[in-house]
Amino acid sequence: MIRQDAHRIDPKRRAVIDPKKRQFATPTYKQQDYAHRLNIYEIPPTAEITLEQFEQWAIDRLKILAEIEACSYRNKSPAETESYITPLLQKFLPLSSNTSSPSGAADPRLKNERQKDHYSHFILRLAFSATEDLRRRFARAETMLFKFRFQKDDTREKRAFIDSLNLDWEPVGDFEKTEIAKNLLSSTPGLRGLEDETWYKVDWEKVPELVERRSIFLKKGKAYVPGREQLSMIVAEFTARLERALELTSRALPRLDEDDRLTPILNHLSKNFGSAESVYSEGEGYVDGSPITASSIDQLAQQHFPLCMKSLHVNLRKNNHLKHFGRLQYTLFLKGIGLSLEECILFWRQSFKGKTDDEFNSQYKYNIRHAYGEVGGDVNRRGKGYTPYSCQKILGDSNPGIGQTHGCPYRHYSVDNLVGFLQATGVSDKEVLRGVREDVGKMRYHIACNRVFEATHKNEIKKVKEDGSWSQTDLDTIVHPNTYFKRSYLLKQMSKAPKDA
Amino acid sequence: MPHSVSPGSAQNDDEMPDAPPVETSTETNVRLEDMFNDDDDDDEEFPASGDVKMESPSKEEPPAPTPSGVDPDIMLAFYQRLFPFRYLFQWLNHGIVPTKDFGNREFALTLQNDAYLRYQSYPTADLFRKDILKMNPSRFEIGPVYSTNPRDRKTLRGGQMKPVSKELVFDIDLTDYDDIRTCCVKANICAKCWAFVTMSIKVIDTALREDFGFEHILWVYSGRRGAHAWVCDPRARNLPDERRRAIAGYLEIVRGGSQSGKKVNIKRPLHPHIVRSLELLKHDFARTTLGDQDTFESAEQAERLLSLLPDKTLNESLRRKWDSSPDRASTSKWADIDSLAKTGKSSTLNPATLRDAKQDIVLEYTYPRLDAEVSKKMIHLLKSPFVIHPGTGRICVPIDPRNAENFDPLSVPTVMSLLAEIDEYDAKHPAGTAEADIPDVEGSAMNGSDIKGGRKVQDYEKTSLKPYIDFFRSFIAALIKEERAGKRERDDNGPAVKADPMEF
Repeated sequence: MIRQDAHRIDPKRRAVIDPKKRQFATPTYKQQDYAHRLNIYEIPPTAEITLEQFEQWAIDRLKILAEIEACSYRNKSPAETESYITPLLQKFLPLSSNTSSPSGAADPRLKNERQKDHYSHFILRLAFSATEDLRRRFARAETMLFKFRFQKDDTREKRAFIDSLNLDWEPVGDFEKTEIAKNLLSSTPGLRGLEDETWYKVDWEKVPELVERRSIFLKKGKAYVPGREQLSMIVAEFTARLERALELTSRALPRLDEDDRLTPILNHLSKNFGSAESVYSEGEGYVDGSPITASSIDQLAQQHFPLCMKSLHVNLRKNNHLKHFGRLQYTLFLKGIGLSLEECILFWRQSFKGKTDDEFNSQYKYNIRHAYGEVGGDVNRRGKGYTPYSCQKILGDSNPGIGQTHGCPYRHYSVDNLVGFLQATGVSDKEVLRGVREDVGKMRYHIACNRVFEATHKNEIKKVKEDGSWSQTDLDTIVHPNTYFKRSYLLKQMSKAPKDA
Repeated sequence: MPHSVSPGSAQNDDEMPDAPPVETSTETNVRLEDMFNDDDDDDEEFPASGDVKMESPSKEEPPAPTPSGVDPDIMLAFYQRLFPFRYLFQWLNHGIVPTKDFGNREFALTLQNDAYLRYQSYPTADLFRKDILKMNPSRFEIGPVYSTNPRDRKTLRGGQMKPVSKELVFDIDLTDYDDIRTCCVKANICAKCWAFVTMSIKVIDTALREDFGFEHILWVYSGRRGAHAWVCDPRARNLPDERRRAIAGYLEIVRGGSQSGKKVNIKRPLHPHIVRSLELLKHDFARTTLGDQDTFESAEQAERLLSLLPDKTLNESLRRKWDSSPDRASTSKWADIDSLAKTGKSSTLNPATLRDAKQDIVLEYTYPRLDAEVSKKMIHLLKSPFVIHPGTGRICVPIDPRNAENFDPLSVPTVMSLLAEIDEYDAKHPAGTAEADIPDVEGSAMNGSDIKGGRKVQDYEKTSLKPYIDFFRSFIAALIKEERAGKRERDDNGPAVKADPMEF
């Protein structure tokens, strides 16, 4: 046995610099000179700013992020988002390119803009690293902002920026290129010729988006990326680094054992971020009046349910069964409209005609009770189970597979089946159906659903508008199935009740 | 039961005083999604009618032996004498010396009374074996490796126990083919529809190897009507969820629910993966869909076929032709499409569109239908190889993808046949009998090793399970070899790494 010196320092921990010379070493923290318009936010800021700046800069950036997030929730197309965001960016968070000033990156105006961008990003990182949910949303919104700015950058600066990042991209040689030319051409959509493109070979993990869409050629774990797909790679790189950094920040956060100058500001910031999401609030969709029971669902479904829930209901009645995600989506909706747990269990029991009591109790009942927060972990019970799914959640979830029926009909049905189903539920107006086709073609599923709502409640809406009992905010775009139900229900009640409303 | 060594089971209880407390199915940390991931399996687990009849086991009494003859005693005998614990350990541990790869791995046990125990973990192969013998589960599933020991999860604050790695898995199930197979429905299978699984294995295996560069792909028969793939390359095991989703998206071509209409919608030109898959599937389409299944023979299916073709005029003439001869076979119908198109009756028909539509149809009827959700999440649990399917009694044996065509699910050994084979062997080789009857002390955890006093013939070697275990062993050997090479490389690089610039 070789005796190891107990004092030997692990090579990783050994300081490479002689302590005497340490003061002359290049510091890792330094004032940044912001040579590029874009920033991948690797190095945290170290200079001093005032508390007012701290708060103001963060609020300005937060406004932008909230708007970006709102655009994605409303399912706006990239072009619409761009026209909406550009003026806001100009106002709150301008970021000019080097060419916009005669003295280039040295111009103090550019420097200030870039400093603000840099600092505000890091302030928000502090504010949004506390919980998993905030981190995810922050990373998403920041990524969208970065992507948006990257696309608008001019080509030369883009290249300079990318070169400064030291990415691990291996160019594909000419010989290999001609060898796999056919595959490259057929796997990369919109490509004319091979000559004018530079190709890079990267690990496929770097371009998951392209892999998922099957718009890239893969060979033995390497993806062959054309130069113009840099966007996707850079964005992936940006997100990856940001997520990693947020994770680290969250762990360091408890050590920000700070007086009460920054903490209140940070807390305030993270609270304000919540407002943008179409969150489900307590009582949403729940209506007073006669209690809803298992036996009244059939009638309500026909009259007031949005198309996604009608579709589930019809399928349930047809097959006497729904698959797991369909059950979950429907159960949560029913919970949202105020169906009690007992009634809900009764409803499913009656609906699953082919199952015996034993089967029902062992395979399905737990599920329902879990969704209502009756069983399960502490968090689940305290939170009263899951919240009903919003349109965004339903649209964003994975496509229904074979035999599955959950999801949004506007998105997941083929157009012909959708129109057929709409007609079967009583929407026969040609103009409306044409509008729906158009909306679906443009992937504006919300608009299509709201269009149908407006068409089916034409008279009632007209009436409440005329007598002024409902303001415009009461008739805002519907982004939650339970809102659809509630609004529909209230409108019908109102027209039924004679003049006392 | 001649095989169940009953003293053994009693002993085991005493042997492990520090045994973990038994948890029941009301496990609080169970998330809804996790628990019911498999629900589409379970929904049809006990079909009301069919070749393989099963009664739903009732809760209170010990389950009555099912028609497949698997009762708890037989299960126990199987675990004691045949189950390859040691190899399963090596497979998950990626080496001989126990590491976190095995120690922090979640196992989920389904007990005989249908209670479901999650978050079990075992430091070594022996403890793993002991606990399985004690619990005698009807099956168990394998989950991810966590950042800490899953048994300690309650001592940690929420969110601290994170899944860190798991094999990339795929699940193919024949129930997803119900709308295109004509021979059987639900849980039943025959050689004709197993062809769909064979095709899937070929296509997925090729794509994973050629496109993604994975090499260690273990295919396992799921015991009844499907197959699982475990991609064990280190690179695959460490993929985060969104990368898994990317692979699942890449491989998923048949999409859409019951209302989606056309299920294959792909861009032209075809991606090399699809070109290659079409090439692989062309013959299967002719043989299976048109031949064995004769899918388009019924009027209803023929109508569905027509709805996938692009040209109205052509459809009209096809419909007339088929209506006049109701019993026309699928092969002829398929040929009719081209022959009628050639006569040029339809002026609107574009040959390229028709070719594309035909390619889409071939894909819709043969391309693998994956249960993509299984592949997307690291935390998804999947049934372990070599356990018994409680419904059929068959062992979940590995399938050699190079030889997938010759795999016959109906001739996979059942637990009963294996135990009978041991008896038969022992009767023929009386010398070995004495040894084999010794209650198995060191256990099958020591399978195949040289036990003191010369090499003893292991129980599994007496049976038709041997080739499957041998295959599994060679799979593990290749995996461990690569794992070692990888480690050595890292160690070699170690000293060369420059000190962190942050430290000065």
